Amino acid sequence: MNPENANLWVILKQVVGFIYPNEIELHWNLLIVIYPYITGVVAGAFILASLVKVFRVHEVQPTYRLSLLTALSFLVVAPMPLIIHLGRPERGFEMFLTPSLSSAMAMFGFVYVWYLMAVLLLEIWFDYRKDLIIWAQREHGFKRFLYRLLSLYTTDVSEKAIAFDKKAVTSITIVGIPSAFLLHGYVGFIFGSIKANPWWSSVLMPIAFLFSAMVSGIGMVMLIYMVGALVRKKDLDMACIEKLATFLFIMMIVDFSLEGLDFVHRVYQSEESIKILSQLISERLFVSLIVIQLLLGMLIPLIVIAFAKSLDFPPELRRLSYFICVLLVELGIFTTRWNVVIGGQLFSKSFRGLTAYKISVGGVEGLLVSLAILALPFIILYVFVRLFPPWEEAHKGREVGTSEP
Amino acid sequence: MKRSKHEADPGRRRFCKMLLLGSCSLVVPSVLEGVTKGTKEGSSWYGTTYKPKEHLYGMGIHVDRCIGCGRCVDACKKENDVPYQPFYFRTWIERYAIGEDREVTVDSPNGGIESFRGQQPEKRMLKNFFVPKICNQCDKPPCVQVCPVGATYKTDDGVILVDTEWCIGCRYCIQACPYGMRFINPKTRTADKCTFCYHRIVKGLVPACVEVCPTQARVFGDLKAKASPINQFVRTNKIAVLKQNLNTEPKVFYAELDMEVR
Amino acid sequence: MQNAAQEINYGGSEVCTECHDALAAEKKSGYHRMVACEACHGPSAAHVQDAEKVKPQVPRSRTHCLLCHEYLVARPTGFPQVVSDSHNPVKPCIVCHEPHNPKPPNVPTGCDACHAKVQRIIVLSRHSSLQCTVCHEVSKEHKINPRGNRPKSMQDRQSCGKCHAKESTAPKEVPRVNMATHGEKYLCWQCHYPHQPEAH
Repeated sequence: MNPENANLWVILKQVVGFIYPNEIELHWNLLIVIYPYITGVVAGAFILASLVKVFRVHEVQPTYRLSLLTALSFLVVAPMPLIIHLGRPERGFEMFLTPSLSSAMAMFGFVYVWYLMAVLLLEIWFDYRKDLIIWAQREHGFKRFLYRLLSLYTTDVSEKAIAFDKKAVTSITIVGIPSAFLLHGYVGFIFGSIKANPWWSSVLMPIAFLFSAMVSGIGMVMLIYMVGALVRKKDLDMACIEKLATFLFIMMIVDFSLEGLDFVHRVYQSEESIKILSQLISERLFVSLIVIQLLLGMLIPLIVIAFAKSLDFPPELRRLSYFICVLLVELGIFTTRWNVVIGGQLFSKSFRGLTAYKISVGGVEGLLVSLAILALPFIILYVFVRLFPPWEEAHKGREVGTSEP
Repeated sequence: MKRSKHEADPGRRRFCKMLLLGSCSLVVPSVLEGVTKGTKEGSSWYGTTYKPKEHLYGMGIHVDRCIGCGRCVDACKKENDVPYQPFYFRTWIERYAIGEDREVTVDSPNGGIESFRGQQPEKRMLKNFFVPKICNQCDKPPCVQVCPVGATYKTDDGVILVDTEWCIGCRYCIQACPYGMRFINPKTRTADKCTFCYHRIVKGLVPACVEVCPTQARVFGDLKAKASPINQFVRTNKIAVLKQNLNTEPKVFYAELDMEVR
Repeated sequence: MQNAAQEINYGGSEVCTECHDALAAEKKSGYHRMVACEACHGPSAAHVQDAEKVKPQVPRSRTHCLLCHEYLVARPTGFPQVVSDSHNPVKPCIVCHEPHNPKPPNVPTGCDACHAKVQRIIVLSRHSSLQCTVCHEVSKEHKINPRGNRPKSMQDRQSCGKCHAKESTAPKEVPRVNMATHGEKYLCWQCHYPHQPEAH
């Protein structure tokens, strides 16, 4: 007997009401919850980087390169849960060979490749090019070879070249902002365009996904910046943190409003699915939706940040509050993805019953693999941070006396 | 300065050209396939005289004739080698029990494969009936729309099939089907669903479920044929389809369908 | 193409008649004439290919017949059903009923042999004291060929008026209405369910 089946016999006993017989198996599981979370962080981190280059919010400059590296480390991990989850991973590349033009999932593959190659990698390359050349000259052995390779063997650090680099970065960022919106908005569309599922089918889905992505991205960069400063025993740039917290606050207000709008809209229209969806929330999603997503992940961080700013907390307390807020926010956004993906499959399309989801600990799609995938971006980021330190840029800029603020 | 730039230039240009050509080569396989397939008018269908474009298959279901015996569910699993566990069904029977207070209870124990013996609902009844469910073979199938690799498709004779050699098992089609008709076959780990017994109907037989139904509750035929059981069914009954508001244009028609059926 | 090339397991009833012609002839006139051979005998295309080596299943136990004939309230009225616990329990069905041409060993005397659902509703009503034939005109052939000889039901208000009109000779307890004014534009059963008029 298939180990997957053993799970299903247990769930069969936990079914409430009537579900179509095939619905007993939950198809998009924890791995598919992780995926929108990861791409959300990518989009959010990139938008944060764009704040510096396009919107000229200079206070967050210290996190500029960190945002880009964060986006890249999360982006390379993003396809992993998808490939692992496929029934036939070895055929995964078919999406690029015979994509169906009507399928959002197929088109997303190209958006991903575009974003990785034409936006993120290019921007990072142009921004780091000068430093890569300088490091190549300084280092020896393997590192020297790596830097030379990554700088594509260029050695031009003239003013003209550097000016071109800067212009390139700005242009790519401008193109990158809608690309980042497309990257994660598309994931929202993949869910939002399914008319068969009333929990997912919504015009607001791509927009809500996008804003919760920005919340998670800004939060993640804040988190890594604070942890990085702690580990390196360096001082935090408080102006930067304050600005980040402000942006986080604004994004959370927008996200909260969107979710509130969705809720009011559903309750007011009171379509046929309202009964089973209410039952879904009260019986299966109460803790994850009401307690974690709303209370812990949204309301408490909003209140804490508002208090921290308006009551003018001392810096120590502020740093601690922001740190806790960011942790709660990340938990909240991850749970938001859970509520969307898993929640949408817990109720029957007959609108007459609920099923259950059991996470297995081991196995290819189990908890351990999921935790490993979630940990991987941080490991990759650590390697990036060691190889391409994002911190020196600010100092370097001031040393060399370039036009960098 | 100018010279060094010139020297680096051809290298960069060549690199970019190679990159562009390399990414374009990704589409070569599909272009080649399209060119070599060459389906011309008048060419035979896999060497037979069967002409798919001349047929359009549909099914009719008399709800008031179904006795819930489950022979259809059993025959389908036996004909199509579907795993016998209660998680994988290409067709199933639902029992509706509508009480005098108009409260509805629906059940489908193991899809109805061993009938519904020994499980009677406990309340005063207004109406009770059985409803067979099967893939609706929609004319506007949402499952085909979302398949990323085109592994599921609509044939010229109106049947929605899955190419199990090409399906990657992403499960998007399962999410998109409003009727819950698709599942993942645990043996092939690809999407699976009712095929209207395609291997039978192209040879002039009827699907296995239609073959064994003891009360002829299931009616199968060619919607394009002038004289066919399905056209007689559509003509003489007031028919309904499931979830009409989703505009999937199902080709499975129900006679005497109660409003409580989803 | 792989879909079209799949192996066929169910041969179809027509093929069975080619060899089993005597049995097919017997079946053709009975109640099971529309039941496919393979509905009971399972997939038999392999048996058609090699009749000696592959034998179809032959279900002889009670559980098989009860798949269709067990009393279930959701089954359509008129479909022959029995409550198996009280209908010769343990005895295999085929002892009394020949499966290829099933006939009840004794012709049922009452209507509730087939119309059990109606019977179970009517026992809750005061109309249970009435014979079915009071309202339904049934010919002898109905028991043998039910769908070919459908009973006639009540035709007009007077059918109910026989007992319920003010001037009727029915017993005192029977409720009376003024047939001229009470729901004069309607047939009685457009509002009152004849099998259980006490219900809503």
